[in-house]
Amino acid sequence: MDSDLFCTDLIRRFGSHAAVDRVSLDVPAGTFFSILGPSGCGKTTLLRLLAGFDRPDEGDIHIRGQRMNEVPPNRRPVNMVFQHLALFPTMSVGDNIGYGLRRKKVPAAERSKRVARVLEQVGLPGLESRNPQQLSGGQRQRVALARCLVLEPTLLLLDEPLGALDLKLREQMKIELKHLQKAFGTTFVYITHDQSEAMVMSDQVAVMRNGQFDQVAPPETLYRAPETPFVADFVGDNNRLSGEVVGLQEGIAELLLASGERVSGKLAFPGLKVGQRANLFIRPESLMLTPAAATGYASLRASVTTTLFDGANSRVEAEASGQTLFARLPQDGSVGRVAPESAIDLSWNPQLATVFAEAGT
Amino acid sequence: MNASASRLSLCLLITPFALWILLLVLLPHLQMLRVSFQVRESWDTISWGVQQYQNFFSESYYWRTFLRTGLMSLFTTFLTLIIAFPIAWYIAKLARGRAKGLLFFACLIPFWASELVRTYGWMILLRESGLFSTWLQYLGFADGPVEMLYNDVAVIIGLVYNGLLFMLVPLVTTLEGMDDNLVEAGYDLGGNHFTVLREVVVPWAMPGVVSGSIVVFMLTLGSYLTPILMGGKDSAWFTGQIFTQFITRFNWEQGAALGVLLLVLSSVMVWLGLRLTGQSLRKVMG
Repeated sequence: MDSDLFCTDLIRRFGSHAAVDRVSLDVPAGTFFSILGPSGCGKTTLLRLLAGFDRPDEGDIHIRGQRMNEVPPNRRPVNMVFQHLALFPTMSVGDNIGYGLRRKKVPAAERSKRVARVLEQVGLPGLESRNPQQLSGGQRQRVALARCLVLEPTLLLLDEPLGALDLKLREQMKIELKHLQKAFGTTFVYITHDQSEAMVMSDQVAVMRNGQFDQVAPPETLYRAPETPFVADFVGDNNRLSGEVVGLQEGIAELLLASGERVSGKLAFPGLKVGQRANLFIRPESLMLTPAAATGYASLRASVTTTLFDGANSRVEAEASGQTLFARLPQDGSVGRVAPESAIDLSWNPQLATVFAEAGT
Repeated sequence: MNASASRLSLCLLITPFALWILLLVLLPHLQMLRVSFQVRESWDTISWGVQQYQNFFSESYYWRTFLRTGLMSLFTTFLTLIIAFPIAWYIAKLARGRAKGLLFFACLIPFWASELVRTYGWMILLRESGLFSTWLQYLGFADGPVEMLYNDVAVIIGLVYNGLLFMLVPLVTTLEGMDDNLVEAGYDLGGNHFTVLREVVVPWAMPGVVSGSIVVFMLTLGSYLTPILMGGKDSAWFTGQIFTQFITRFNWEQGAALGVLLLVLSSVMVWLGLRLTGQSLRKVMG
């Protein structure tokens, strides 16, 4: 597959601080690529480099094989949906969408035809004459998308456009964005700090931290096989148990916790040695509220702090070996009442837990 | 009790405003309108008529000055806008922190002095024995003293200088309220500098442009000192004629008629300006 966006060793410095630090990426045509990271990780700077509002200090940007470093934003086959959308308030919806076509000198008759068609595609037929301020948040979102998509860009950049919407609408727009991306077949580069947005919509997710990519993978790989402790911690909910490595066999590490108990999990990387400090990450939904169900399963005694009811996301908060753990509380009747301050057994399949060496050891 | 108390406070708040409108705005203008239609037949008899207005149209000097004042005010307003817009853009969008405050302050400084002093400042620079003339001779660009005062260019320089701040303030305010992403979106969707300015920035700044233009136009049309001092005896300004009628000729009837005509001109121009730009007075005046 040919790639729509190909960057090598991009660096952008502000003073001595590198906001984007040796980022390379390769986005195949027609994919939904997300860059996920906490605020201040450099993802907005990276997006502005791609749009052309800022120039990289080092490295190259290639869009569909063409080097783009010196090309100004208005000449790049790239369009951007801004965080606050930036719809032109002095123009009607139709003029907003037609703005880019007018710049391309598309004749008026064809222009209005294309505007009408793209409005239909985003589900807002016949709203050309409306003023953007008269639309709801979700409708404005779609106009902002239509304004870019009507130009048939090679690459569409989206800068956390769902941030301003309320929760319900955001959930709805997530799915809609995914469908629109499939329908148009345009390559999307989406930046967000919301891991759920990235997981639901993307084909590939790059997790960014301190100006660098920690891991680039499909959402499921990111979730099941994180490559760094940061990814394990940042993507989805996770529990962390720290201890000392006391046993290693067949890719499974055994850890001795402060309480004297031994737990086990899969090694993320080979090379860990007995005696090193390590962290074990285990997802709340991988914890079973029963004693070890099969041989080789890890188990731990914990005391319940409280139960947190949240429908399908209900959890038990418990303490084990001086560390707080969360376990999913199934709502199908398989688990009886969990009383606060009672003792429970937590067990898990070691294949579902991941062990990383502790930083600095 | 509560209702009557609030009504009382409303009355107290409105009274000064009502008095001002009535005594200082409405009454003098109505009086002026009345005087403009008086025809003095002898020292103690007065009749009604439009003789003063007929004088205005039949005496070409009057209406030519009237037209010239209107056109030059329009041109001054336009020139002020052209000069003020980049300055306002710089102050609102490019200057940061302290620099922004200092720049605004610098625009305000000239207004510490009265219009008279400001105009004399220009006269010191532009007159025959002034600074510019001396420099031109010193640098060898001129053989003798150059008179740069007492022409229309000098008048317009003075008027633009007087109006600049009143154009800057509304422009900076509207431009500051503009999201920078709008400009970026303008470029991102394929616009160049000119189209982004025409399609995105100017439409956004339009309320500021119109309100600044109205204020500068009215100030220019009604200014007296600058055109008289810098224009010399050949450069006629309509306010100068009104002054002559009232003070020199003691012809209050004619002066009042000319005053009414000036008021009509400025009202019509403001109305036209609002209509042409599609703005409403309420939106423009915030």
